[in-house]
Amino acid sequence: MSGEFRQATPVREPFMRIVKRDGMRVFHRIWVRIAAIILALVVDALFIYFVTGLNPLDVYGVMFGGSFGSKIRFLWSVRDLVTLLIVGIALAPAFKMRFWNIGGEGQILMGALMSALCMVYIGTKVPSGVLFLIMAATSILIGAFWAFIPAYFKAHWGTNETLFTLMMNYVATAFVACSTNIMRGQASSLGKLNMGNKAGWFPRLFGQYFTINVIVVLSLMVLMYVYLKYSKHGYEISVVGESENTARYAGINVKKVMIRTMLISGAICGLAGFLIVGGKDMTVSVNTAGGRGFDAIIVAWLAKFNTFTMALISFLLVFLENGAKEIASNYNLNDFASDIISGVILFFILGCEFFINYKLVFRGKAHKEVSVRV
Amino acid sequence: MSNLIAWIIRAIPFGTIIMYGAMGEIMTEKSGNLNLGVPGIMYLGGFAGYASAYYYENSAANPNLFFCIALAMICCILASMAGGLIFSFLTITLRANQNVSGLALTTFGMGVANFFGVFILNGSSYSAAPIANKAFSAKIPVLSSMGVIGQMFFSYGFLVYAAIVLAIALHWFLNKTRAGLNLRAVGENPATADAAGINVTKYKYMATCCGAGISGIGGLYYVLDYNRGIWATTGQIEALGWLAVALVIFTTWKPLNAIWGAYLFGILYWLYQYLPNLMGFSLPNYAMDLVQMVPYVVTIVVLIVVSLRKKRENQPPAHLGLAYFREER
Repeated sequence: MSGEFRQATPVREPFMRIVKRDGMRVFHRIWVRIAAIILALVVDALFIYFVTGLNPLDVYGVMFGGSFGSKIRFLWSVRDLVTLLIVGIALAPAFKMRFWNIGGEGQILMGALMSALCMVYIGTKVPSGVLFLIMAATSILIGAFWAFIPAYFKAHWGTNETLFTLMMNYVATAFVACSTNIMRGQASSLGKLNMGNKAGWFPRLFGQYFTINVIVVLSLMVLMYVYLKYSKHGYEISVVGESENTARYAGINVKKVMIRTMLISGAICGLAGFLIVGGKDMTVSVNTAGGRGFDAIIVAWLAKFNTFTMALISFLLVFLENGAKEIASNYNLNDFASDIISGVILFFILGCEFFINYKLVFRGKAHKEVSVRV
Repeated sequence: MSNLIAWIIRAIPFGTIIMYGAMGEIMTEKSGNLNLGVPGIMYLGGFAGYASAYYYENSAANPNLFFCIALAMICCILASMAGGLIFSFLTITLRANQNVSGLALTTFGMGVANFFGVFILNGSSYSAAPIANKAFSAKIPVLSSMGVIGQMFFSYGFLVYAAIVLAIALHWFLNKTRAGLNLRAVGENPATADAAGINVTKYKYMATCCGAGISGIGGLYYVLDYNRGIWATTGQIEALGWLAVALVIFTTWKPLNAIWGAYLFGILYWLYQYLPNLMGFSLPNYAMDLVQMVPYVVTIVVLIVVSLRKKRENQPPAHLGLAYFREER
């Protein structure tokens, strides 16, 4: 029918239109993303050249040195990587459910705060094994609680979770600011906690305090992968994420799934706070989370909630950040360059999804397609 | 009494910063685009305005105040709209996820502003544009010297009054003009709007870019008036940007509510400094930290109350945060 109509009155076809793709081969998907990253690096290189006049290849070389220049740099990169990755792992189930948990920042802060409070007030009163247990338990509980509040309201009354969780970050910041203010007393800053007796510091394994962080995060990475991909819970999460109505018709208790998933998400964020305090910073401040709650959203989203891909993307971001610090000190610039460079890369990776989900059909081709169909 | 006046005089400029941010975001969100890049856009606008004023001041032999204002405003709006354009292209044309794109824009905007800001700082901890500050914070000549009333109502820079005018204009635009009603239709149900012959893509682009331009003025006002024309590398604008996003919900997407809502946020923000004095007791430092959470807690309460009451006119645009693809079934 439509073919005849088209011949009778020639309508102007658009030069180009967008058609949804049915699916793309894995190989092609990877290829598109790699092309996006390369394009982004080219744009960044142009930016570097025109702003600073430096040779972009040299700059990228120096950036590479920021993560791989020496053994300790590499180890620090691994430490930063797992810190970002665990937050990504925490946010993945929530985001897969399309629950916009922008509150990772606050959940980490509250977890870190509980750990720090334990270290200060009961650090010397209980044996270290018990101390670690209490620190972990309280951090996980408070993180879960911080996520439970918005989840409860979202599940029952549809309260907008994006903004709710965002606001919870600032409430957490206020608590941390208040507590650090009390703990530091007359001192100008809090410094590392328990410097003398090192109560609450993780034991050194292979010479590093953060070895335990690496072990915990890597095992969580595998666990979360299995949980999301092969467990019944994971299946429910993806159904709720695709369509709440479908989930309801299939007999899934959406409210329950929503609250349960957010409890898990918040609990892992709280655990991340514990790991940061015990194995990385040994203290707490309003910058403990350091924007990881936001960066991890990007990590989780770009990786499509595959925890192994998340490790790769975390690596990319950490690599950029440490590289930019290196550039900053080498060329007398500042490390905000990393925000620009990673911003551009993120824009390109986000934009390239379009070419995976859609394809462009040009005028000539469209005619051919129509004639074939008729 | 003088304390109360001092409090109000502090609160109104603070409110003005986030009022601009929120009005821009209301415009953007009315088209169905949830732009979480507001902090980044405010950084871009604030920095572009500051940098242009700074270079003009230092290069012109005899800087003209009006030209200084015009230059800073134009640069600010153009830079902010460029930020909005990046977001629009990613989310409208390429249909990328809005939340993630917005967060990326925040990172990017903050990075750009602070990266180039360091060049201007050139080693010092802050730099200033005193002439631009003078231009932007000039009080109303006669009225501002009329005692208490003059202090409370007429002692601010022109952007404070422009914000109120803009809020009323925006209200009129969204409720009384065809373009405004079309825009709201796009945000509520783009498929229906499309069927009615409204160019959805055009409206979304225009609203997001113009909204970004308005939000950016908030950053400009912060740097050149509120912060006395001083640029320093801080995270302050980011916090203000998120507060502006919060204010959008507080106003339930109505520009007129943004006027009193913004000032109320200003009052709440400075609560920790003025209330104890006013009530005649002093708070220890740590308690002041706690009081600073009040604006955020109030926003949460409003968020909950709005969702509990489920009044139709208080709901966000129905298609907020979703990309529109015509052939989607």
